Amino acid sequence: MQANDHLDATFAALADPTRRAILARLATGQASVAELAEPFAMSQPAISKHLKVLERAGLVSRGRDAQRRPRRLEPRPLADATRWLERYRRIWEGNYQRLDALLNEMKTKGPNPGGGR
Amino acid sequence: MSAETLKLTAPGERAIVMTRVLDAARSMVFDTFTKPELVQRWLLGPPGWSMPVCEIDLRVGGSYRYVWRHERDGRTMGMGGVYREIVVPARLVSTEEFDEAWYPGEAIGTIVFEEKRGKTTVTQTVLYVSREARDGVLKSGVESGVSASYDRLAELLAATTSGGVK
Repeated sequence: MQANDHLDATFAALADPTRRAILARLATGQASVAELAEPFAMSQPAISKHLKVLERAGLVSRGRDAQRRPRRLEPRPLADATRWLERYRRIWEGNYQRLDALLNEMKTKGPNPGGGR
Repeated sequence: MSAETLKLTAPGERAIVMTRVLDAARSMVFDTFTKPELVQRWLLGPPGWSMPVCEIDLRVGGSYRYVWRHERDGRTMGMGGVYREIVVPARLVSTEEFDEAWYPGEAIGTIVFEEKRGKTTVTQTVLYVSREARDGVLKSGVESGVSASYDRLAELLAATTSGGVK
């Protein structure tokens, strides 16, 4: 159950474009709140609010440096969320591969695969 | 042959969007989504399942019904819904609901078929009633541990950050 709660929090945190952009930035290395706020037309408090959601979801943690308090990406919950998506994607990829084969068959047999009425 | 890959994103709170390119004209692709004898050939889900029941009444207000059966243990799973919008061969909108309600409420599925130079891009969007319902679907049937790769994650983040499907 706990794993599922975490996953809900992860998907909720990922639903916002600013938070996804923050994660994409942190994927390249840790950064302070000021550094994170820079590329966005947003105040530091606004960024801090987003960071709080990300921290609650376990996606972001705080580094040791007491002054900068750099944030860093926690890869685990993201990996979990990606696994769910990947599993779902694979099932559909299987469907589409069968559809590729069916369409090929329809093309080679022509428009009247039944061979006439 | 170059293999096309399926793009899957979960934008916003309630949607799942899938995009796939097929090497065929869209009128042919449209048939494979709407003629029962063709649907039964490919819409089967994970290995081990077949689709013994496929009924499609292709008109607005008409209903469709699919039943899958697991070949080994005989388990069945059914779903169905009603067509809300049909534009042959470009667009299909229908409701969808499973017999066993493993997610709350009725979802709305939209399938768009776009043809370019003989290839057809299929975009399937399913809009669920709530975030809980959408996430429940994504979490379904995760019994096998598929290892996640960071490449996929980067791709996913890029796709969703740039405003959805490329």
